Amino acid sequence: MGEKTAAVKMRDITKSFGKVLANDKVWLDIYRGEILALLGENGSGKTTLMNMLSGIYFPDEGQIYIDGKEVVIRSPKDAFNYGIGMIHQHFKLVDVLTAAENIVLGLPGKLDLKEASRKIREICETYGFSVDPDQKIYTMSVSQKQTVEIVKVLYRGADILILDEPTAVLTPQETDKLFAVLKNMRDDGKAIVIITHKMHEVEELSDRVAVLRHGQFVGDMLTKDTNAQEMTNMMVGHAVTLNIDRPEPKDPKPRIEVKGLTVRDMDGIVKLEDVSFTANSGEILGIAGISGSGQKELLEAIAGLQPVESGSISYIEGDGAREELIGKDPLAIAALGVSLSFVPEDRLGMGLVGNMDLSDNMMLRSFRRGRSLFTDRKAPHKLAENVVEELEVSTPSVSTPVRRLSGGNVQKVLVGREIASAPTVLLTAYAVRGLDINSSYTIYDLINRQKQDGVAVIYVGEDLDVLLELCDRILVLCGGKVSGIVDGRGAKKRDVGMMMTRLGGGRNER
Amino acid sequence: MNGKTHTPLIQVSKRETLPWQKSWLIRGIAIVAALVVCALITTMLTGENPIQVYGSMVSGAFGTGRRIWQLLRNVAILLTISLAVTPAFKMRFWNVGAEGQVMAGALACTVTMLYLGDKLPNALLILVMLIASVAAGALWAFIPAFFKAKWNTNETLFTLMMNYIATQLIAFFIVWKYPNGTGTMGIVNQDTRAGWLPRLGGNEFILIILVSVVITALMYVYLNYTKHGYELSVVGESERTARYVGIKVGKVVLRTLILSGAVCGIVGFLLVAGVHHSISTNIAGGQGFTAVMVSWLAHFNPIMMVFSSFLLCFLGQGADQISTDLGLDHAFGDILTGVILFFIIGSEFFINYKIKFRSGEERKGEIENA
Repeated sequence: MGEKTAAVKMRDITKSFGKVLANDKVWLDIYRGEILALLGENGSGKTTLMNMLSGIYFPDEGQIYIDGKEVVIRSPKDAFNYGIGMIHQHFKLVDVLTAAENIVLGLPGKLDLKEASRKIREICETYGFSVDPDQKIYTMSVSQKQTVEIVKVLYRGADILILDEPTAVLTPQETDKLFAVLKNMRDDGKAIVIITHKMHEVEELSDRVAVLRHGQFVGDMLTKDTNAQEMTNMMVGHAVTLNIDRPEPKDPKPRIEVKGLTVRDMDGIVKLEDVSFTANSGEILGIAGISGSGQKELLEAIAGLQPVESGSISYIEGDGAREELIGKDPLAIAALGVSLSFVPEDRLGMGLVGNMDLSDNMMLRSFRRGRSLFTDRKAPHKLAENVVEELEVSTPSVSTPVRRLSGGNVQKVLVGREIASAPTVLLTAYAVRGLDINSSYTIYDLINRQKQDGVAVIYVGEDLDVLLELCDRILVLCGGKVSGIVDGRGAKKRDVGMMMTRLGGGRNER
Repeated sequence: MNGKTHTPLIQVSKRETLPWQKSWLIRGIAIVAALVVCALITTMLTGENPIQVYGSMVSGAFGTGRRIWQLLRNVAILLTISLAVTPAFKMRFWNVGAEGQVMAGALACTVTMLYLGDKLPNALLILVMLIASVAAGALWAFIPAFFKAKWNTNETLFTLMMNYIATQLIAFFIVWKYPNGTGTMGIVNQDTRAGWLPRLGGNEFILIILVSVVITALMYVYLNYTKHGYELSVVGESERTARYVGIKVGKVVLRTLILSGAVCGIVGFLLVAGVHHSISTNIAGGQGFTAVMVSWLAHFNPIMMVFSSFLLCFLGQGADQISTDLGLDHAFGDILTGVILFFIIGSEFFINYKIKFRSGEERKGEIENA
């Protein structure tokens, strides 16, 4: 790469938020005609660094050079003028407008949608996108919306593209398509940066990797000269093993039996249709599916939080006695003696209270105990201290509001509380979403330990590689219906991916 | 673009939580700045000496023993209403109906006082009056809470409209009782003093102040140490979390609003039996709304509310004195109060955010560039 001049040079970039040093004298070079993977654990400062390049934050110190000239990027508009465009994790599109309208939104000059559509088609042809300029955003899938975002920055003339975890919301097939497009753009001489956690994507896609750790630049190298193990070690700072354990199920017996479950949401739209399956004790049942295929409704129905239209959910006790869970709220389920724990997808909006400290969050499950009018704060305080110690939660103290913790630590607090009650059923939704490698493996370990203790674990996940490595069986949902149940050992990623998009994986529906 | 680094003129960023000394320092600075601005306005608009204006403000609040007692009693009343709305606010239930709940309590109190005044021994009468007031206040808050819990109606509009109903009920009662009167009511039981709160040690203010102290302490404990208090904060922070752990949100809303209304009812009782011994449509005097500000300024902390209600009462009483002493229109006092509140509320911004200005050297570079 020596001969190429860097499109972007960042030098000694420093940024702090209050007491937290997010970036500490970071150096980074981005070249044209190259895909750079920016790696790092949660909170290592990847997104902050890129936000400074795209004008969202302003660095406390340091210089940015574009094509060798020092520049000042004060706003996203400045960034655009230098040809820098960022595609965020959360899309910023107006639902009721068409793709073309969204793309030209905010641009100066006369509004000429026809001309815009023509230009959009041209961009699509060049790189192999498929976008209908006249399609309304709300009728689009997540991957189509993402495409619109990418076209939007290209339309504005960006030739330095930054993508923040672009594959988090995509199916394997959609990811392949995205990668093909990104490679086309690279070959066209654009500079591309992707932020990601997924090692196999880095290896498949990128030409060069740069690693950040604790806000500092650790190093960069050509992808072909390195491997997943080395990159992980650089990110974490010490050697880690990358294999997920999968102990054999221990004495599996039916624990939760779901039959013909149908759920409609408040607008009357069918979210789950005729779903039947059995979850066994001592086993991890994975649930795969494109996001919004009914995973949330399924877990909430079992937990007593979602009204059910028809069907049955039975809890089967060790001695074979059955309890019907439908029509009971969480309190009534607990009153049956069913110890059911639930790690919901929305950690701070549902599982925890962001503004309360660790002890008070532990208390959510236990505060009713006893007849006293007053809350017992000693036991939750003790539990919080135990969780912090055992799960290595990094927090200033147990009286810190949980919203101030990083994603991984928030999740440890939540999981720690949920398994503290010695559950017989553990429901988890996207338990490792947004977590770095270290925290993810801690969570896998915790889940495996529950499994070995004979808990029936239902694990809703989005990363198929993980589902295939961790789960004993995988139930695939497609549009609220069961597309199939496969054995985790020996199932093929591609087949599961197909089942996610088409019922049964074969017929063409959708 | 030259080679220098330019920063934006002003950078705003969220602060870490400030230690309380610092945040009170910022508030102190805000008050001083407010007084300076008020002085300028005073001189410019009226030509009066601002020192003299502040002098009458202070004398209005602390000038005589009676004024100090009055100030303390006003603080007690405002504080109690603020305490009443606080559990609802902590639950993110925007109860702006404290005004109406106080009026409902006051009306119930007046009616009992009037009709049972000569039928019951005094102690029993006062007890019945208290119960009637509490029940009426609680009912006034229960109605919007019930609709909220059952059909998710908007509580802000609902509680606001309940205020007007309460005002009209009082007006109706007075006209119905005295069809030929002027629409005002005289002192009730002036001769027998039946149902009047006793004067502790010959002082008409102490009892009310004591009641507010007790309610402050109780509310502090209720919000911070009881299961109910914990439940209502969970509901306020996130209804979904509350449902997730099996808290019955509707039940908590009803229970909390009954409490909120009941405390307002107590204030209605104090105002009638302890202060006015009569009723008018203006009996709550807008304090139901001021209480909202008191509660927010104190971040829902009952102890801090003592200070914020004191400040607001001091300003109010001082402003009144200005208009009498200097012969200025009452509106002028309101202008000063407005300016001071603007600064105090504005200071909250500086407590929550850090503002960084570009340093002079950097600015020079910027000017050259421009």
